[in-house]
Amino acid sequence: MIAWTIYLTFSGAILLLFLPRAFARWTAFFTTLAGLGITIATFFGTDVDLAHFRTIVRVPWFPALGMSYHLAVDGISLVLILVTGIAAVSAVLFSWDVDQRAKEFFFWLLLVVGGSYGVFLSADLFLLFLFYELVIVPKYFLIAIFGSTNKEYGAMKLTLYSFFGGTLVFLGIIAIYSIGGSLDLNQLAGIQFNPRLQSWLFPVLFLGFAVLAGIWPLHTWAPTGHVAAPTAGSMLLAGIVMKLGAYAALRVAILILPQGFEMWRTWIAVLAVIGIVYAAAVALRQRDLKFVIGYSSVSHMGFVLLGFASATVWGVTGSVLQMFSHGVIGALLFAVAGRMIYRRTHTRDLDALAAMNLGRALPFAAFSFVIAAAASMGMPGFSGFAAEITILIGTWKAFPLAVWVTGIGMVLVAAFTLRALKRTFFDVDGGSTAPPGDANQMSALPTQVRSSAEPSIHLPAITLPEKLGAGLLMFATIAVGLYPKILIDRIQPAVETMRFLTK
Amino acid sequence: MSYLDLLRLAAPETIVVVAALAVLTIGLTSSRASIWCPLVAAIGIGAAIVTLLRLPVHANLFGGMLVISPLNSLFKTICLVLALLTLPLMTSEQRGRNSGEYVALLLLGTLGLMLLVGSEELLMIFIGLELLGLSLYVMAAFDKTDLRSAEAGLKYFLFGSTASAFTLFGISLVYGMTGTTALAWIAQKLSIGTVEPLLAVGIVMTLIGFAFKIAVAPFHLWAPDAYQGAPVPSSAFIASGSKVASFVVLGKIVLIGFGPVRGNADWHGMVAGWSPVLAALAAFSILLGNFVALAQINVRRLLAYSAVAHGGYTLLGIIAGGRDGFSATLFYTSIYAVTLIGAFAVVAAVRRETGGDDLQNFSGLASRSPFLAASMSIFLLSLAGLPPLAGFFGKFYLFSATFRAGGNHGLLWLVALALFGSFLSLYYYLIPLRVMFVDQTGSTSQPLKGSTSLLARATVAVLAALVLFFGLMPQSLAAKIVAALG
Repeated sequence: MIAWTIYLTFSGAILLLFLPRAFARWTAFFTTLAGLGITIATFFGTDVDLAHFRTIVRVPWFPALGMSYHLAVDGISLVLILVTGIAAVSAVLFSWDVDQRAKEFFFWLLLVVGGSYGVFLSADLFLLFLFYELVIVPKYFLIAIFGSTNKEYGAMKLTLYSFFGGTLVFLGIIAIYSIGGSLDLNQLAGIQFNPRLQSWLFPVLFLGFAVLAGIWPLHTWAPTGHVAAPTAGSMLLAGIVMKLGAYAALRVAILILPQGFEMWRTWIAVLAVIGIVYAAAVALRQRDLKFVIGYSSVSHMGFVLLGFASATVWGVTGSVLQMFSHGVIGALLFAVAGRMIYRRTHTRDLDALAAMNLGRALPFAAFSFVIAAAASMGMPGFSGFAAEITILIGTWKAFPLAVWVTGIGMVLVAAFTLRALKRTFFDVDGGSTAPPGDANQMSALPTQVRSSAEPSIHLPAITLPEKLGAGLLMFATIAVGLYPKILIDRIQPAVETMRFLTK
Repeated sequence: MSYLDLLRLAAPETIVVVAALAVLTIGLTSSRASIWCPLVAAIGIGAAIVTLLRLPVHANLFGGMLVISPLNSLFKTICLVLALLTLPLMTSEQRGRNSGEYVALLLLGTLGLMLLVGSEELLMIFIGLELLGLSLYVMAAFDKTDLRSAEAGLKYFLFGSTASAFTLFGISLVYGMTGTTALAWIAQKLSIGTVEPLLAVGIVMTLIGFAFKIAVAPFHLWAPDAYQGAPVPSSAFIASGSKVASFVVLGKIVLIGFGPVRGNADWHGMVAGWSPVLAALAAFSILLGNFVALAQINVRRLLAYSAVAHGGYTLLGIIAGGRDGFSATLFYTSIYAVTLIGAFAVVAAVRRETGGDDLQNFSGLASRSPFLAASMSIFLLSLAGLPPLAGFFGKFYLFSATFRAGGNHGLLWLVALALFGSFLSLYYYLIPLRVMFVDQTGSTSQPLKGSTSLLARATVAVLAALVLFFGLMPQSLAAKIVAALG
C-alpha cells in the first residue's frame, strides 16, 4: 500500500495541471495529506518487515538488462517516508499564499515529493537513480521561478552540484551493474566485489550521493540554494532532498561496497566533523537569517555522515533518526524564516529584523522559532537531542577524538542558534547600530528594556495554514524527542541486519 | 536473378522514387502544390513502409549490393518514419514556391538513406552517400531569400564533397588491397593478411567520409552553419535521418568489413586499428562539442554543437563493438533523431512567430505557449539525459555497454569523459529552459498567434510522447534492435 504514495503524488501533480487554478493548492494539499495518511497507516501497521528490505512491488521492466520496477520497504525507508510526508504537507501549507503561476508551483513541488518517495522505496538501482535524478529539474524551476535573493544563480548552482553528484553516481552505477550483473539492491548487497575495485568505486559513488547530503567541501550549494529558494522549496530541500543523498549513500554505496567503506570511513568521519564545525562557525557570522539556517543544515547533515562513518548500530540508527529530526526541524526553521518573517517584513537581515521587535509583533512565529531553535541546538526533549546523542554514543567507540571536536561544534551550533533567535525576535534594543555578534551588547542592554508592550510595527497576523503547518512540525519534533523509541524501534532492526557494521 | 525479383525486393525504394517523380510533376502542374506535394509524399512513404514490412526476411542481391535483413529493414523503416515526421515541419515553413522540388528532394534524400542502410557493399554505399549528400546540399541552400541558407548550403557542399573524395579514395585503396568491395569479403581478406600501412590509410580515409556525415570533431565545421542557416526541415533531416543511416552504415563497415583490424582503444593497451581512431574522434567531439555549446546564444547553433557531442557519445557503442555496443549505438542514434526533429519542430514554430531562433526569441515561451515550452523542455532534457526520458535510458544503455566491452574496463576513460561531457551539457540545456520558463521579458504574455498549424502541433505532441514513451518503455525499441542484430 505504501507504494501508493508515489502514484498518488504523481497523479496529483498531473491532475493539478488540468484543474482550474483555484484548485491548485487544495489538490496539492489533499495529495500530500493522502500520502502522509498512507504513510502513517503503514507506519503503525504491522505488515512491514522492519528488518529486511522486503519487496512490495516487482514488475519486470526491461528483462534483458535485468531492470525491473521493484519497490521495497524496511524500517529505514519507512521513517524517511514519514518525514517526507510531514515535510510535504507542511510545505504545501506554508505555500498557501503562492498566487503567481500557482499551478506550476505545486506541480514542481509534487514532482519533488513524488520523486523522493520513489527514491526511498526503490529496490532497483536503475529505478532509484531514475527517481533521484527526477528530483533535480523540478528543484531548478521551483527556485529559479519562485525564489528570491539571487535566485537564478542559486538554482543553477544547486542543479549543477546535484547533477555533478549524479554524474559520479551514474558512473558508479554503470560499474556496479556491469560487474555485478544485477540491478537488484538486495542481490547486490550480497555480492562480494573485488576489494581493488571497491577502493576506487566506493569514493566515486559515496561522494556522488554525499554532494546532495551537503558533505564538506561540496556543501556550498546548500546555503545558496536554500536562501534562493521559495519557502516551500527550502523546506523540501532541507527536509527531504538532503536526505535523499544520505539515504542513497547508505543504501547503495555503503551496503554494496562494505570493504570500500571500511577503507574510506575515517576520511568520511574527518569530512563530517569538519563540516559540523566549519558550517557552525560560518553560520555564526551570517547576517542573513536564511544563510544561518542554511549553514545549520550543513552542520546537522554532518552528524548524519559521522554516524555512518562510525559503522556501529547506534551510530547508523542515530543517523537515520537525525535525518528525520533535521527534516522536521530544518523545515520548521525555514518556514518561520521564509514565510512567517520574510513574506511579512521583506527582509532577512538580522540587524533589520532586530529593529522590528518581532517577538511582540509575531508571537506565534517567535514561539515556533524558539521550539525549532531549541530542537536544533539539541535540547533534551526534542528530536535533535535524541538523534545527536545516539550518534555520538555510537561514534565514541570508533572515533573518540571526533566526538570531542563535535562537542565544540555543538557549542557553536548553540551559539549561532541563540544569536539568530535573539537578533530576530528578542532584541529589545530596537535599532541598535552595533555590529552583529558584538558580545558586549547582550550585557549592556537590559536596562533599556522597552516599557511599552506595543509591537513596533504592524504586520499581517499569522494565518491558519501557517499555524497548522508549524503545529504539525512542532508536534513531530516534540513527539520524537519525548519518545524516540517509536522511531528507533523501526530503524534499529533494519540497521542490525546490515553487513558493514564493525562488531 | 530476374529483374522481376529485383523489382520485388527493391519495391520500397521504387515506391519512393515514383513518389518523388509524382511530387515533382504535381509541383509543376498543380496550383495547390504546397498542399498536395507533402500529402503525396506522405502516402508514398506510408506505402513504402507497408511494402517494407511485407518483404522476405533475408535476401542478398548482387553480392551485397542490396541486402535485406531484419536490421536493414528495421532501419529503413526508421528512416522512412523520420522522413515522414520531417514533412509537417515543411508544410509550415516551406509554403510558397517550389514546394514540389523541395519535397521531391526530401524523398530522394530518403532514397539515399534506404540505399545506404540496405547495402553491404562499398560502391553502393558510396552511391547512397552521394545521393543523400547531393539532395541535402540543395535542401540546405533552398531558402533563396536568406543569405544564411546559401552559406549553409555552400559550406555543407564544400566540406561534404571533400569528405566524399576522401571516402572514395579510401574505398579505392581498400579495393586495391583486398580486391573486393563487398564487406563480407573484405573481412575475410583482412583476417588472413597483416595490416599494411596502405590499407590503414585506406581505412582511415573511408572513415573520414563518415565522420563528416555524423559531424564529429574535427569534421564538424559545416554543422553549426548548416543547422543554423538551412531551412528548419532541412536541418532536422540532416540531424536525424542522415545521422541514423550514417551510424548504421559506419557500424556495419567497421564491425563487419574492417572487423579484423579493430585494434584496441583501451587506455593502457592502445593497438593501432580503427577503434583508437574512432575513440580519438569521440573524445575530441565530446570535449569540443560540449565546451563550445556552452557559449552559444542561438538555439539551432547550440543544438549543432550539442550534436557534435552526441555524435561522440554515439560512437562509443561502435568502439565497444559487439552486439551489445552496436545495438546501444543504434538505439541511441534513433531516439536522438526523434528528439532532434522534435526540437527543430519547436524551433520552427517559434521562428515563425518571432522571426528568429536566438535564445531571446524563446523568452517567456512558457506563458505564450505552455505546450511548446513543455515539449521543448522534454526534448532538451532528454538530450541532457535526465529521466524518465529516452535520452536517459539511451545513455545508460550506451555507457554500460561501453564499460563492459572487453571485460577489462579498458574503455572506462571514454565513459568517464562522456559522463563529464553530459554533466557540462546540462548547463547549456538548462539555459533555454530558463529563458522559456523564468524570463518574462520580451513579448510578454502575448499568446502565440493561432497560426501554429494543428498538424505542426500534433507532430510536436507525437514526438514528445515518443521521447517519453521510449524513456519509460525502452525495450519496445531496444529489444527490436537487439533481435534484428541477431
